[in-house]
Amino acid sequence: MIDLTTKYLGLTLKNPLVVSASPLSADVGHIRRMEDSGASAVVLPSLFEEQIQVESNTLDHFLWQGTESFAESLTYIPNMEGYRLGPDGYLEHLRNSKKAVKIPIIGSLNGTSTSGWVEYAKKIEEAGADALELNIYFIPTDTEMTGAHVEQMYVDLVAQVKASIHIPVAVKIGAYFSSLPNTAKRLDQAGANALVLFNRFYQPDFDLENLEVVPNLILSTPHELLLRLNWVAVLFGKVKADLAVTGGVHSGLDVLKSMMAGASVAMMTSALLKNGVGHLAVVLAELQKWMEDHEYESIHQMQGSMSQRSVADPSAFQRANYVKVLSSYALNEGAV
Amino acid sequence: MTRSKITIDGNEAAARVAYRVSEVIAIYPITPSSPMGEWSDQWSSEVKPNIWGTVPNVMEMQSEGGAAGALHGALQAGSLGTTFTASQGLLLMIPNMFKIAGELTSTVLHVTARTVAAHALSIFGDHSDVMATRSTGFALLASNSVQEVMDFALISHAATLASRLPFLHFFDGFRTSHEVGKVEDMTDDDLRAMIDSSLVEAHRKRALSPDHPVLRGTAQNPDVYFQARETANSYYTDCPGIVQGIMDKLATVIGRQYHLFDYEGAPDAERVIVIMGSGAEAAHETVQYLNAHGEKVGVLKVHLYRPFSIEHFLAALPKTVKSLAVLDRTKESGSTGDPLYIDVITALSEGMTTGKSPFASFPKVIGGRYGLSSKEFTPAMVKAVFDELLKPKPLNHFVVGIVDDVTHTSLEVDPTFSTEDPKTVRAVFYGLGSDGTVGANKNSIKIIGEDTDNYAQGYFVYDSKKSGSVTISHLRFGPKPIHSTYLISKANFVACHQFSFLERLDVLKVAEPGATFLLNSPYGVEEVWGMMPRTTQREIIEKKLRVFVIDAVKVAKEAGMGGRINTVMQTCFFAISGVLPREEAIAAIKHAIEKTYGRRGEAVVKKNFAAVDASLDHLHEVKIPAEVTSTFDLRPAVPAQAPAFVRDVLARIIEGDGDSLPVSAMPIDGTFPTATAQWEKRNIALEIPVWDETLCIQCGKCVMVCPHAVIRGKVYDPALLEKAPATFKSTAARWKEFKEFKYTLQVAPEDCTACALCVEICPVKSKSEAKHKAINMADQIPLREAESKNWDFFLEIPEADRRTLSMGQVKDVQLLQPLFEFSGACAGCGETPYIKLMTQLFGDRALIGNATGCSSIYGGNLPTTPYAVNREGRGPTWSNSLFEDNAEFALGMRLAVDQQTQYAKELLHRLSATIGDELVQGLLNADQSHEAGILEQRERVKALKARLTGRTELGARDLTNVAEALVKKSVWAFGGDGWAYDIGYGGLDHVLASGRNINVLVLDTEVYSNTGGQMSKATPRGAVAKFAAGGKPRAKKDLGMMAVAYGSVYVAQVAMGAGDMQTLKAFNEADAYDGPSLIIAYSHCIAHGYDLVHGCDQQKAAVQSGYWPLYRYNPDLLKLGKNPFQLDSRPPSLPLEKYIYNETRYTMLTHSDPEAAKHLLKLAEEDVHNRWRDYQNLAAMPMNGGAKETK
Repeated sequence: MIDLTTKYLGLTLKNPLVVSASPLSADVGHIRRMEDSGASAVVLPSLFEEQIQVESNTLDHFLWQGTESFAESLTYIPNMEGYRLGPDGYLEHLRNSKKAVKIPIIGSLNGTSTSGWVEYAKKIEEAGADALELNIYFIPTDTEMTGAHVEQMYVDLVAQVKASIHIPVAVKIGAYFSSLPNTAKRLDQAGANALVLFNRFYQPDFDLENLEVVPNLILSTPHELLLRLNWVAVLFGKVKADLAVTGGVHSGLDVLKSMMAGASVAMMTSALLKNGVGHLAVVLAELQKWMEDHEYESIHQMQGSMSQRSVADPSAFQRANYVKVLSSYALNEGAV
Repeated sequence: MTRSKITIDGNEAAARVAYRVSEVIAIYPITPSSPMGEWSDQWSSEVKPNIWGTVPNVMEMQSEGGAAGALHGALQAGSLGTTFTASQGLLLMIPNMFKIAGELTSTVLHVTARTVAAHALSIFGDHSDVMATRSTGFALLASNSVQEVMDFALISHAATLASRLPFLHFFDGFRTSHEVGKVEDMTDDDLRAMIDSSLVEAHRKRALSPDHPVLRGTAQNPDVYFQARETANSYYTDCPGIVQGIMDKLATVIGRQYHLFDYEGAPDAERVIVIMGSGAEAAHETVQYLNAHGEKVGVLKVHLYRPFSIEHFLAALPKTVKSLAVLDRTKESGSTGDPLYIDVITALSEGMTTGKSPFASFPKVIGGRYGLSSKEFTPAMVKAVFDELLKPKPLNHFVVGIVDDVTHTSLEVDPTFSTEDPKTVRAVFYGLGSDGTVGANKNSIKIIGEDTDNYAQGYFVYDSKKSGSVTISHLRFGPKPIHSTYLISKANFVACHQFSFLERLDVLKVAEPGATFLLNSPYGVEEVWGMMPRTTQREIIEKKLRVFVIDAVKVAKEAGMGGRINTVMQTCFFAISGVLPREEAIAAIKHAIEKTYGRRGEAVVKKNFAAVDASLDHLHEVKIPAEVTSTFDLRPAVPAQAPAFVRDVLARIIEGDGDSLPVSAMPIDGTFPTATAQWEKRNIALEIPVWDETLCIQCGKCVMVCPHAVIRGKVYDPALLEKAPATFKSTAARWKEFKEFKYTLQVAPEDCTACALCVEICPVKSKSEAKHKAINMADQIPLREAESKNWDFFLEIPEADRRTLSMGQVKDVQLLQPLFEFSGACAGCGETPYIKLMTQLFGDRALIGNATGCSSIYGGNLPTTPYAVNREGRGPTWSNSLFEDNAEFALGMRLAVDQQTQYAKELLHRLSATIGDELVQGLLNADQSHEAGILEQRERVKALKARLTGRTELGARDLTNVAEALVKKSVWAFGGDGWAYDIGYGGLDHVLASGRNINVLVLDTEVYSNTGGQMSKATPRGAVAKFAAGGKPRAKKDLGMMAVAYGSVYVAQVAMGAGDMQTLKAFNEADAYDGPSLIIAYSHCIAHGYDLVHGCDQQKAAVQSGYWPLYRYNPDLLKLGKNPFQLDSRPPSLPLEKYIYNETRYTMLTHSDPEAAKHLLKLAEEDVHNRWRDYQNLAAMPMNGGAKETK
């Protein structure tokens, strides 16, 4: 019997397949199906502080717009006694999800202000989340803002949230740091129980006909996995925090690669959006079959087996790798 | 038992009682009673129970007639029912009122007494509506203040059960319905104590039921009808005693004692005023003042007006009375006197005749009229009435409050007389509707009323415009009860929340010496003095005012409040006025913020708190110089070159001085000149569009969508540019027909409302900076002077020759002169572009009947009128009849025009020898299907008139008079969906079935916009609206298809923002179709809850989602063997939610009831799918056995 269990955020998970934060997990029915299909844990969609603020301000603005201006129409829209604004709906969903399934439910939070992060983190904890994923997503546009400053913001934030709640905290970050290992170490020292690599930046597209910047959502593709594998492999063993791969995990083989790089779990969404929640079972079956075929006993056995410190040629994860690829490409081109 | 003190308005006071003691509530919106229905609907959707623990069934009907019918039915079936209405709405209830009273059925109508439209509509208060119901058999009970509204609402509900007479409980529209006052609330136990359960049981037992069947509502004949009518007499004679008994009971329950006639004044008064309604409060205050100053006067407040108890009336008057002045707030033309006056005369006379009069001799009685349409009724006017009674021969049938220089019936009033209590703080605030001033002041009054021992009153005066509207808040508070039912004219605190008002309004006119002036100023404490006009400076110096300034806009912006300076100004008001210690005041403001905004989310509360906290650091007192230094003064209301009537009359109204216009200044029959909005330069735009002629492709889209006709295009001879102002822009015209011409796109800087729809619709973007378009918004002030000159020059450029333009091209239509301009509609209004388009195409030959609603208000509300004339003096002629009858009204116009045309044609035949056969044949057979043909016909008519000049043959004079009818006329009925889908639908249906050549334009905003966004049958499924607070559960009525079903009606569904060419085609085809035409026009509206700058984008989304398919059904195509139904839009390509969730009317349901929102979205998606399938099938239907004609 192959042991698929893994430890992530102090939780023992039945396998390394976790559903990452996405609109899919906004529906309790979907979460039930995820559990049925083999997911070992589910990360809920992010509670966006900015979204909450925008919703509040928008509602307030348009309930107010045009009011008290004209004697016959002092208001235009009925003002109800209560609205489910702010985190209420999210927290209710979290509670319902916890009730609906046995697998761990991980809350996810994307804040904009320090007080917002802490406040909502506490609420997510109170609502019964097994752990919290902080989705830190800061895009500097100010030329005066230094990388050091941005990194310090991240570190302070993690420390503040950790100081305010007791459940484990994962930190989901992007790949764009001058020295990712150092940033990872600092986050680790700040108390992060896991690092989730990486969030995918919203990168708007251009509409050439209308000369407009338009929202653009492209599902992840397997080739995006490589970036994650690289950094997980580099970080494995260098930080106390668990590592999670998210982005580009589409198949059982991708999960295996993630594990071998050193991840505790592999997270997926795009493949589920594309193939349906039932795809989890396919991935799991593939994973199991490969392990059977290759006579692996457990996930634990392979975790980190291909990390930088475990491979024969550690420089494969460094610049030499780049050079080698380029040269092989040139050779191929020459051959053509 | 503890009762809380609450600060509410009269409408809420009535609704709080009516809702809790009713089971069925039939509602329909009408100003000023709508809020009572809105409260009821909201409480019902919040599942608030009545005193029996069940939630009342609240139902919106299609009209007040419908509400009365539903109420009647509910009562007959044994429920306790109520409704709310006013004015024309009450009149529509009259037939049912006779029935309800005739059947001795207990119910209460709560009425905000409002003017009935006569020479003009008025939304304001008087008793003309209530007086029109005197003969219905309803008991009429008047309350005079907000507290009384609550008390008398309960008295009415208790009394109707006890007496079996239905009650009409009324209070003055606006003055009481909208006055915010501190009142003692009633508990459910209070209500239960007053509503006798055995009487409720008896009411239910009288219900129609198949378990104990009876028949009610027979038809009777001459033999018995009369006798049967007399059977109820004793109920009327008993009623006054019953009502007094209930008033006495109320006194034992809640401690306030009322009487059928409440007397206030000296027990030995010689002069007494008899009055009912809010005016009685002003009289009360004056009586107290005069008696304190040695006079012996009194006021008799009439509460139970019907049944009129002579006995109680006589008993209430002091025996010492020598003279009475009876004041009516209504006008009954041609009668021997106004109603209350006649009743008093009758009562006194009967008293004398029967020996029951307390008076030795018949007192001197005079009657007078006051306060029509909420005209101010002040202590000075009350005193004038008392003074008149002192005269040996007082004027009878007088008016007070206006100057009647025609029939000389008015009393002289001393404007300096005041009874204001020095201990009462009187504060006046000038604000913009959009800056939140009124909302903040309502909050302030609540704070003062509920957090202090002070009595408090708030009354708010609004603008007649919907964009850039000025609001004036009148707040009183102090240790004594407030009876001042009139505006503040001596304020000890004045706040001006917009600096720009200083050049438009004399805001310090109301300031009394030593008052405090708080000014929101972009200028600092050192420079602000130099920026004030001379009048302001002079008043500050002469009245020794203390002046404080704050840059509230800056503080608000920094706090994230945008342009809402309300919280900042409110904090300053509390800090300066000292009504509460500062810390307490700030705590109270924050508490009020949490209460008001807490449910909208913490972010909103936080930013308001931030504004409060930052305010006082920016508040500074200004050191006042000794002399006036300014070099400029208030701007004149209209330019000197305006016509005399505009200068002498309309300008006074614009200045806020309309009250002083005498009777002689007003037209006798409500007729006003058009084309006067052009003189009212409102300068409300902070930014205006600026044209970049180097980028512009001259497509005309901006001109087409501009709601206020402030952006226009012209092509012209380049030679004209010789006299152009230096900054006037032009470029080569991009028309093949006008190759040698120049083109200019010009903005009217002082008329623009800054809606920016033009910028949004502009399709051209700079190749080197995407945000820069061919039109871009820029600050108005630096541009104003130069652009005003440019505008004036632009207007002088001749209009294009209409014969040379293609009426089917948006590019060409921009060159047609709009004959609807600068209306008072909301900035970004979605309705007015359609109206403007109609006037461009057909305005010089259009007659318009306009249903009451937004379009009649921005179309016809004084002071100025947006319908305009062309150089020949021709333009749309316009009238508003009622809300419910507009299709019939416009049809009447068509019938008249047709009749005149027919008569003219007959006369042409008869007089052909005189006129000449060629001209006659030309006139009779003219092809007027195009502009050239119409112009030629105009020339023929001109020639005809010339030939008829001086002719004396029979009919020659008549033909001259009706000759213009030979030119094709375009008759239009305009109105909103409330009219077309609901109240006016029966008439509209008849008109569409008539076959007559009439064009109906339905400006479909999907709610009753003018009365504040109540649901109509056009409201889409899932949208939240008033009366549909839980989201409208049913689908929108498909009015277009109902008309298509006739097969003989031209029908088009259009959305200009999504398909301007299709809209244009529809208008042209509707006019061309010789039969009834119906255009249903998607009109984005402020009630939809989004920034209207995106109005056109939303129209596009509505069409792309399939929610609003564009189509035209043209019966003329049938004659050609073609499918008359043409689907002009493409199959749905956008998920419905991408359209609807841009609008708060939809999104708020996702916040208030997410499950319902989800469910209704699904149903709405099915609606879209099914409708599209049906339309597609219709469009694909083969005609004459072949499908090739279909699109």
